[in-house]
Amino acid sequence: MLSKKQARAFFLGGTVVTFLIFIGLTVYSLSAAQDQSHNENLSDSVARGKVLWEKNNCMGCHTIMGEGGYYAPELTKVIERRGEGYVKAVLMSPVPWQPNGRKMVAYKMSKEEAEDMVEFFKWIGNIDLNGFETVVSPLAKEKINN
Amino acid sequence: MKYKSQKVAYWFFALSMLLLSLQLIYGFIMGFAHAGMDGLHEFIPFNTAKAVHTNLLVVWLLSGFMGAAYYIIPEEAQNELVSVKLAYVQLISLALVGVAAVVGYHFNYWEGRKFLEIPRPLDYLVVVNVLLFMGIILVTLFKGKRRTTTSLVLSMGLLFAALLYLPGMLDFNSQVLDSFFRWWVVHLWVEGVWELIMGGILSFLLIKLTGVDREVIEKWLYVIVGLTFLSGILGTGHHYYYIGVNKIWLIVGGIFSALEPLAFLAMALFAVNMYRKGEKKHPNKIALYWTIGSAIVSFIGAGLLGFAHTLPQTNIFTHGTIVTAMHGHLAFWGAYAMIVLLLLAMLYQI
Repeated sequence: MLSKKQARAFFLGGTVVTFLIFIGLTVYSLSAAQDQSHNENLSDSVARGKVLWEKNNCMGCHTIMGEGGYYAPELTKVIERRGEGYVKAVLMSPVPWQPNGRKMVAYKMSKEEAEDMVEFFKWIGNIDLNGFETVVSPLAKEKINN
Repeated sequence: MKYKSQKVAYWFFALSMLLLSLQLIYGFIMGFAHAGMDGLHEFIPFNTAKAVHTNLLVVWLLSGFMGAAYYIIPEEAQNELVSVKLAYVQLISLALVGVAAVVGYHFNYWEGRKFLEIPRPLDYLVVVNVLLFMGIILVTLFKGKRRTTTSLVLSMGLLFAALLYLPGMLDFNSQVLDSFFRWWVVHLWVEGVWELIMGGILSFLLIKLTGVDREVIEKWLYVIVGLTFLSGILGTGHHYYYIGVNKIWLIVGGIFSALEPLAFLAMALFAVNMYRKGEKKHPNKIALYWTIGSAIVSFIGAGLLGFAHTLPQTNIFTHGTIVTAMHGHLAFWGAYAMIVLLLLAMLYQI
C-alpha cells in the first residue's frame, strides 16, 4: 500500500513537473512568432480604449472574447455587427441606452474617447480566436468568405 | 477551544457572515435586473452589483479561511498565536479595505477586470494585509511544538494564494495578455491553491471528528492535493481556448482539465470513507455532516458541472454564456462556502 512518503513524493513531483511544463507553454504561446492578436496594430489609441474599457468596468455587463458579464451583448465583433457610428452613439449618449429595455449606464464619452473605444473594438475584432469568432457573430469573416 | 488566542477566529467568521448577507442582497439585485426589474439602475447599475457580488464572495471566503487558519494553526502547532493584537489589526484592516472597495464600486472607482475589480491603490493594501496575516501564521508555526502535514498544506495554500495575487497586478496594453495573466490569479486560486486550503481544513476536521489515525488521513491529503495540482495547473488551459492564444492550449487544457474532477472525486470518497471508518462518536454531528456534504457537493458542482463544459468542443458554445455562471455557483458553494459554514458549525458547537 502507498506510504505517506510516496504520497508526498507524488504531490511534490507532480506539482513541480506540471508547473515547469506550464511555464514552458506560457513562454511558447506568448512568443512573438505565435502571436494571434496582431500585436503590431496595437496603437496608442487601442491602449487608451482598453483603459476606458477597464475604467468603466464594461466587463461587468458585456463579454469580450467570451469573458465578462452575461447581461449585455458580446462585443468581440461589435464593429462588424453594428458599425462605428452606432457604437459611438451608444458611448456618447447623454441618456441611458436601452434597446430592449435593459439599461446601459450613460457614459457621455467625448468624441475622442468614443473613437479610442472603437479602435479598441476593431483590434479585438481582428484577433484569431481559434474559431470562437465564428460562433459569437453571424457576420464573422469566415462565414462571409464562405 | 484549547488556546485562548483561537478566539480571534470568531470575529473573522462574524465579518465573513456579514459580507455573505450583503453578497446575497446584491445577488438579488442582479436577479431582478435580469427579470427586467431594474429600478435601482441609477444608483446600482448591473456592473456595480456584479462587481460587489463577486468581490464580496472572495472577501468573505478569505475572511473565513483566515479565521480557519487562526483556529486551526494553534491547535496543530500546539502554540498560542504569536500576536493576537496584530491579528485584530489585520481583521480591521481587511474589513476597511473591503468596505472601501465596495463603496468605490458605486462611484465608478474600480479596475474593470472580472473578479479583480479592486483598484490598484487598494491592491497594495491587500498585499500588506495578507503579508501581516502570513507573518502571524508562519511565525506561530515556526515557534510551535509540532509541525504537521495538515498545517503545512494549509499554510502552503495560504502562502501560494498570497503570491498568486501578484500576477493580477501586471499591466498590459493587450487585452489578450491581460486576460492570460488574470487567469493565473483566478484559476490557480480557485482550482489550485484554494483546494490546498480546503484539503487542509477537511483533514483537520476529519482527524478531530472521526478519530481516524492522523497518518492515514494525511497520507490521503497528499494524494488529493497532488491530484489537484497535477490536473489543475495545466488545466488553466481551459481558459485559454478562445482568448487569442495558441491552439496548443486546446489540447493541454482539454486533457488536464478533464482530469480535474478526479481530485474532487478523491476528496468525496476520502471524506465518506473516513466517516465510515471512524469509531469516535463526536458529539458535533452537524459539523460532520457539513464536512461530508462539502466534499460531495464540490464534486458535483466543481467536478461534474465543470467537466460538462470543459472540453473545447463543448466549450466553444458555452464560453461566454450563463453555463459558466451555473457551474461557478455550485462549485463555490460546495467547495468553499460550505467549508466556511462547516467551520462555523464547529466553532459554535451547534
